[in-house]
Amino acid sequence: MTVLEQPGSYRLSPPPAWRPRVDPAPLLPDAEPYRLLGTDADLEKAPGRDVLLRLHRELVRGRRYNEQATALTRQGRLAVYPSSTGQEACEVAAALALKEQDWLFPSYRDTLAAVARGLDPVEVLTLLRGDWHHGWDPKAARVAPLSTPLATQLPHAVGLAHAARIKGDDVVALALVGDGGTSEGDFHEALNFAAVWNAPVVFLVQNNGFAISVPLAKQTAAPSLAHKAVGYGMPGRLVDGNDAVAVHSVLGEAVERARQGGGPTLVEAVTYRMEAHTNADDSTRYRTDGEVDAWRDHDPVRLLERELRERGVLDDATAEDVAEGAEEMAAGIRERMNADPELRPMDLFAEVYAEKTAQLREQAAQLRAELDAEAEGNA
Amino acid sequence: MAQALNRAMRDAMAEDPDVHVMGEDVGTLGGVFRVTDGLTREFGEERCTDTPLAEAGILGTAVGMAMYGLRPVVEMQFDAFAYPSFEQLASHVAKMRNRTRGRLPMPITIRVPYGGGIGGVEHHSDSSEAYYMATPGLQVVTPATVADAYGLLRAAIASDDPVVFMEPKRLYWGKAEWDPEAPEQVPGVGEAVVRRSGTSATLITYGPSVPVCMEAAEAAREDGWDLEVVDLRSLVPFDEKTVVESVRRTGRAVVVHESQGFAGPGGEIAARVGERCFHYLEAPVLRVAGFDVPYPPPMLEKHHLPGVDRVLDAVARLQWESDWVEGGQ
Repeated sequence: MTVLEQPGSYRLSPPPAWRPRVDPAPLLPDAEPYRLLGTDADLEKAPGRDVLLRLHRELVRGRRYNEQATALTRQGRLAVYPSSTGQEACEVAAALALKEQDWLFPSYRDTLAAVARGLDPVEVLTLLRGDWHHGWDPKAARVAPLSTPLATQLPHAVGLAHAARIKGDDVVALALVGDGGTSEGDFHEALNFAAVWNAPVVFLVQNNGFAISVPLAKQTAAPSLAHKAVGYGMPGRLVDGNDAVAVHSVLGEAVERARQGGGPTLVEAVTYRMEAHTNADDSTRYRTDGEVDAWRDHDPVRLLERELRERGVLDDATAEDVAEGAEEMAAGIRERMNADPELRPMDLFAEVYAEKTAQLREQAAQLRAELDAEAEGNA
Repeated sequence: MAQALNRAMRDAMAEDPDVHVMGEDVGTLGGVFRVTDGLTREFGEERCTDTPLAEAGILGTAVGMAMYGLRPVVEMQFDAFAYPSFEQLASHVAKMRNRTRGRLPMPITIRVPYGGGIGGVEHHSDSSEAYYMATPGLQVVTPATVADAYGLLRAAIASDDPVVFMEPKRLYWGKAEWDPEAPEQVPGVGEAVVRRSGTSATLITYGPSVPVCMEAAEAAREDGWDLEVVDLRSLVPFDEKTVVESVRRTGRAVVVHESQGFAGPGGEIAARVGERCFHYLEAPVLRVAGFDVPYPPPMLEKHHLPGVDRVLDAVARLQWESDWVEGGQ
């Protein structure tokens, strides 16, 4: 029997092993999602009365926005609309956790976060209306384009945050992704880069239970999505995604931590998508009415409104005022969306390259001639 | 050529603090081909960064950096290692300018050492340029000379559009004379060059096949052929003018490249020449390309790579004889 075949007889000390740089224990998320509504936290002290009322107003507007956009889809005014009804607390808290100079990186479902950040609601719908891929000026708004490929916007957020820090700017990037997106390779690479570079970036996973039809249990075997943070060497936070105050608080802490040079954080907000994935999806095939109803009792708008009324922060007059404001916004969207968009076919060739190639110039001339012939035919 | 590429990055970094080099092993090691040698020493780890080993992450973070105004130069260590980054490339790098109506240009240079002839094992010798050419929004360039390596890389880094910069690996260590202190200026992205003037046929080529074609042109003189050699330098944008003018002059054309022939770059080039030069042609436009096989193991690559003899065979077939077409060639 050789030395190696005798268990325990191998006495040479091994070379020093590579070890993680941090103690994993403080990185682990809480066992239960963090909540503030329904607890005896002093909300008027933190986050304060103004923030509570702002969260409420944006939640009500957000719900109305989701309803209006869904209606426009039924009328054929939008090609598609992935509703965030039920998830408004995450969307609104994400927008309000940022300072003006910070950047938001939304996925295709996060139109509402862009609206809550102050963007023109109709510009936000450009992609989904189908008149162009993207509406607003990303640099002016500091909101990246809605990303349709899953999790690919996360490395962009990391790169931008890294670049801002190199330039000495006080900028934090907040990137949104769904539970399905956490299975993508780009999710892993983004978190890894962020942690290695200590980039000022925050990742918010909106765990709404389903990636189209695939439930979380078939998406991951991890104890929670927030647990994934530990492997990258960043803190993971688990929060009730329907509790707007809790999401705002947790994101606020994470953003501030990033701003102070503390590095990235992964936040998992546990929420529920009340509508189907999009109007093209049939959610009755993969979930029951009972499940949806259970979440209806935990509705983010009602949770906040009830609590603010109980605490005397919200009165009838304010609530009415907020509801009227939301109606006005919806009416404005309806009016503008019912007008046919101004299509600019020649834009197909604009901005493919800084300068058109010879081939594109030829093709542009071809389309120009076709358009002219068409106009002549119509005249 | 490796030295010229190194010099190009060094000069660009010295002139513009927004130029950042990043990739796996580009720092302390100076790249596996030493193309980034000394950049970290000179400009610091922040400007020439060893990244985690993740091509999608390298290119994806470069997108965010470009959004914030930097000009990233990323290295994909070998041609086939770039494939994990394709989603970022196709879905974001190539489209961002267009989808945001010019508000977010992507001034990213993606350096891809490509092609065979260096005895690399599998995944180290692919000619992947056709994938990039098939993606609108990307520029695709490839130098064949040391002067072009310097000039084109400077132009690529200065370009406000994403440039896939294909570096022919087997030309890295050529013996050509080059004065790094006085780099020759070359035209920017998008201009082909006539490397050798001739009258009886045009060889249209680029990158690692340029020296092959130059050698073939010399050898063909014995058989009475006076061959013109056009080095495309830039696959996208494609310099149709230089190519068409040449073929109209000579009346015959062979497209030569290392990547596969089927659905390869030569198909596009031959089709364009056919459309533009049909009445000037004395013979069909021929292609000499790598076989339509996964890149072979190193001990067999000499049978795969189009060499001088294969080019000369094609040139011989340009002398129109009806029977070779009927023979199913």
